[in-house]
Amino acid sequence: MPAKVVTVTSGKGGVGKTTATANIAAALALQNYKVVCIDADIGLRNLDVVLGLENRIVYDLVDIIEGRCRLRQAMIRDKRLPELYLIPAAQTRDKSAVSPSDMVRLCDEIKPDYDWILIDSPAGIERGFRNAIAAADIIVVVTNPEVSAVRDADRIIGLIEAEEKGPAQLIINRIKPDMVKKGDMLSPDDVLELLAVELLGLIPEDESVITSTNRGVPVVMDGKSRAGQAFRNIGQRLLGEKVPFIPIEESAGFFNQLSRMFRKGGG
Amino acid sequence: MAGFFDRLLSREPKSAYQAKERMKLVLVHDRSNLSPQALEQLKDELIEVISRHVNIDAQGMRVEIAQEGREQRLIADIPIKAAAKRRMG
Repeated sequence: MPAKVVTVTSGKGGVGKTTATANIAAALALQNYKVVCIDADIGLRNLDVVLGLENRIVYDLVDIIEGRCRLRQAMIRDKRLPELYLIPAAQTRDKSAVSPSDMVRLCDEIKPDYDWILIDSPAGIERGFRNAIAAADIIVVVTNPEVSAVRDADRIIGLIEAEEKGPAQLIINRIKPDMVKKGDMLSPDDVLELLAVELLGLIPEDESVITSTNRGVPVVMDGKSRAGQAFRNIGQRLLGEKVPFIPIEESAGFFNQLSRMFRKGGG
Repeated sequence: MAGFFDRLLSREPKSAYQAKERMKLVLVHDRSNLSPQALEQLKDELIEVISRHVNIDAQGMRVEIAQEGREQRLIADIPIKAAAKRRMG
């Protein structure tokens, strides 16, 4: 079967698009699928550092499109996983170096030999976003439980519908269960009711995302991380499995227990 | 402790509730590309046009955007005055 193309986008910057792309890709690769990640954020390359592959870049996306290298030459293989590859963004060019039809052609060339293509979209609703969604079979919108991120997610979901690329699937990232419990953060149900889209995943706020990103290791490879588990669940759902969503109260309980243990330990 | 008494005394709704209520309104207008002002203007113009044909109760008229999932619908509820008169006569 030809590869399925999943584009991860958000509207607002800084909500965790790149982290989500890297971890969904790694989660699928952990299941022995052949995965190619494409960083479509030309000029603001980041997927390489999140995946820890920044030192191995020779060619990039624009080099492939402008014919300076062959596809395989620009694909960097992640040696920690069976079959995960990265096509990095060009750092010294801008979004206009690539067109939506370039992206479709590139994905068509990759599809026969791989199972999944994950595209990291730039923030915003301009050219870069259009490039990123051009070849998508599935569009995943990442948001945070905050008013500005929710508003921008709604705008992006509307654009995806207008392009007849919907229905979009939603990931709510950086949920703080304790704040939700106190009524001080929009709950996943609130966000879903506002945006009226399908839910793909709920990611709790988790410091291990920061530490693993510091090391350049996807957090899905950390068996103890809650966020890692949530991203592995997203991978399973993309594979068609019905994985239940972790209720927010339970994770609040979990976090409380953890902090209590921590306080005891610390005296 | 101070936080506890603050919460006990204050009647301010939870911030998540406020966020949700604000977002409901914002998203209605974002999605339809109709600001509250534009909706008012639309209502005034509707009154003007419809009044040319029927005697309506402009005060009792409501124009609003209804939502079902991500679908939106412009709903106008316009009471007619003339019918009541005719019945009386």
